[in-house]
Amino acid sequence: MFGYMGKILRINLTNGSIGTEALDFELAKKYIGGRGLGTKLYMDEVDPKVDPFAPENKILFINGPLSGTATPTGGRYMVITKSPLTGCIASSNSGGDWGAKLKYAGYDGIIVEGKASLPVYINIEEDKVEILPALDLWGALVSETTSILLEKYPKAKVLTIGPAGEKMSQMAAIMNENDRAAGRSGVGAVMGSKNLKAITVAGKQKPVVANPEGLKIVAKECRKLIKENGVTGQGLPTYGSAVLVNIINEHGIYPTNNFQGGYDTGAEAVSGETLTEEYLLKKNPCHHCPIGCGRYVKSQKHPEGIGGPEYETLWVFAGDLGINDMEIVIDANFWCNELGLDTISAGATLAAAMELYQRGYITDEDLDDDVSLKFGNTDAVVYWIKKMGNREGFGDLLARGSYRLADFYGAPEYSMSVKKQDLPAYDPRGVQGMGLSYATSNRGGCHVRGYMISPEILGLPEKIDRFELAGKPFWVKTFQDLTAVIDSLGLCLFTSFALGTQEYANMINEVLGTEWSQEELLLAGERIWNLEKLFNLEAGILPEEDTLPPRFLDEEMPDGPTKGWTHKLDELLPLYYAERGWDEDGIPTEERLIELGLL
Amino acid sequence: MAIDVKLFANLRQGRGKVVQVNYVQGITGQDVIDQLGIMGSEIAALIVDGIDGKVDVMLKVPLKEDGYMAIFPPVAGG
Repeated sequence: MFGYMGKILRINLTNGSIGTEALDFELAKKYIGGRGLGTKLYMDEVDPKVDPFAPENKILFINGPLSGTATPTGGRYMVITKSPLTGCIASSNSGGDWGAKLKYAGYDGIIVEGKASLPVYINIEEDKVEILPALDLWGALVSETTSILLEKYPKAKVLTIGPAGEKMSQMAAIMNENDRAAGRSGVGAVMGSKNLKAITVAGKQKPVVANPEGLKIVAKECRKLIKENGVTGQGLPTYGSAVLVNIINEHGIYPTNNFQGGYDTGAEAVSGETLTEEYLLKKNPCHHCPIGCGRYVKSQKHPEGIGGPEYETLWVFAGDLGINDMEIVIDANFWCNELGLDTISAGATLAAAMELYQRGYITDEDLDDDVSLKFGNTDAVVYWIKKMGNREGFGDLLARGSYRLADFYGAPEYSMSVKKQDLPAYDPRGVQGMGLSYATSNRGGCHVRGYMISPEILGLPEKIDRFELAGKPFWVKTFQDLTAVIDSLGLCLFTSFALGTQEYANMINEVLGTEWSQEELLLAGERIWNLEKLFNLEAGILPEEDTLPPRFLDEEMPDGPTKGWTHKLDELLPLYYAERGWDEDGIPTEERLIELGLL
Repeated sequence: MAIDVKLFANLRQGRGKVVQVNYVQGITGQDVIDQLGIMGSEIAALIVDGIDGKVDVMLKVPLKEDGYMAIFPPVAGG
């Protein structure tokens, strides 16, 4: 079999056993790799009702068949486990080089199980795999850990958690190469629960490609399409994802003060244009990426430069907190990376805390006269991020995420989350499709499970009416299924701004020597989506959790170009379930599961 | 009377963040971008007085006195 390395590494931290197993190629063909194959392998071994922090839970690090090949952006890896934030399946992916390096070490994936009695890290140098003590690394920041391990293994790529993961914050990320994050769903906390601090990988093996000459031609065509596309060839390379600040704001869906508003008159201060003109040092691209949207920026506190920030991070530490200060955003981004915190959930939890403070739920007494959680308080941001990451004082409550925080105060309606995962930077009242995508996302509130902002705002692949309901269920299903394919191939979602399913089929066929059609690929994406849904149902996630916070359903947007709108989920959801071939409660039907090869 | 034209990303190069265009009765977005030397093919999103829609449609909408336009080249992220 081409493309894959043919080996899965299994490491048991309870008894210290290390072994390799042959990849089941039939399974790989059915579920592609990455998100799809990882979810299938995980579900075959783990009870969906498992406590995410129990030794019986497992965590998979898995790349895709295109990872480490000549395909553009082929370097991503996926982390699969049960989320301690949501209780749903967690599949959180990251860029950089670590995913490709795992393949060069000779593995399609790693299954980590059990729990070490003391902190450890795993070192992988092709066939040499060892579990080593990490007592000296425990408590270290992400950059400190990375530096120490790189001194020992200069040719390795380092993946690690920070203090937030060690202390099992439900919003803990897994970081690689310092500033790349498998950020969402608290996957870093699962590593922490296993006393696993880091994984280093090194190797020089290369995947064998079925048709090297064919791949060269196809990869060249794809790179050309990416370079010639206005978004991937100019917008993203020049401004990074931060370029979204202004266009999202001008459409009135840029959430302010914990989604109490949708338009920010001061957003220009944290825009992609401002970031590029005043703070950008250089681009910071991932493995084999012709786009290079990653940023490396300087600020007064960080004159040597740091990685980031992305659009979501800019928004959440600016508009969502009633602040517009690029220096604060860059410092907040830095500390989230160092502590290993998901920037979206960290900022959104602060925003929820500020609204709870505004409404009198949280009092100065609760904060023990600590720094005020008032909207607009610039002193609060980094201060509380550090408290959150280290779980100190009131930060311990914040570290659980906005839902658990608001629920603690008896006011869960002030958590802007779906299935307990904090929403990203688009108010669903002004993008009906995006709202439907949030409500039905298998990993909870998320923008990269079906990025409806593309057609509803950005005009990609075509402009559709953002307030219109007709047709949205079809669009959402298609985007969700296609995203599952891209995540399973090991490519970056941003390629989809320039490439279509035919290009993805061409790449996988040249690498694997297969004859996937566009329809078959999308069907595989639908299979993966349904598989994740089955996990969630078996895990006890209720159908009624396919919803949005009441603010979006009941309160009209008060300002900006979306003024007066609410989200029409009640009308959209039944149509979406019908589009998926599910019953009226949102349960996949036996007939559909048989068609998808899941029964 | 003038129309504020907000420009973004690379459309600002050589033009600035906001350009004012004189209002004349019946003026459309197409007239404005012609004045600014912007081609329709360079525009990915267009807002006129808070309303967005397909670019070719929005370019034909008559503009209001003291109104505004927001013009975006192809951008994306996430």
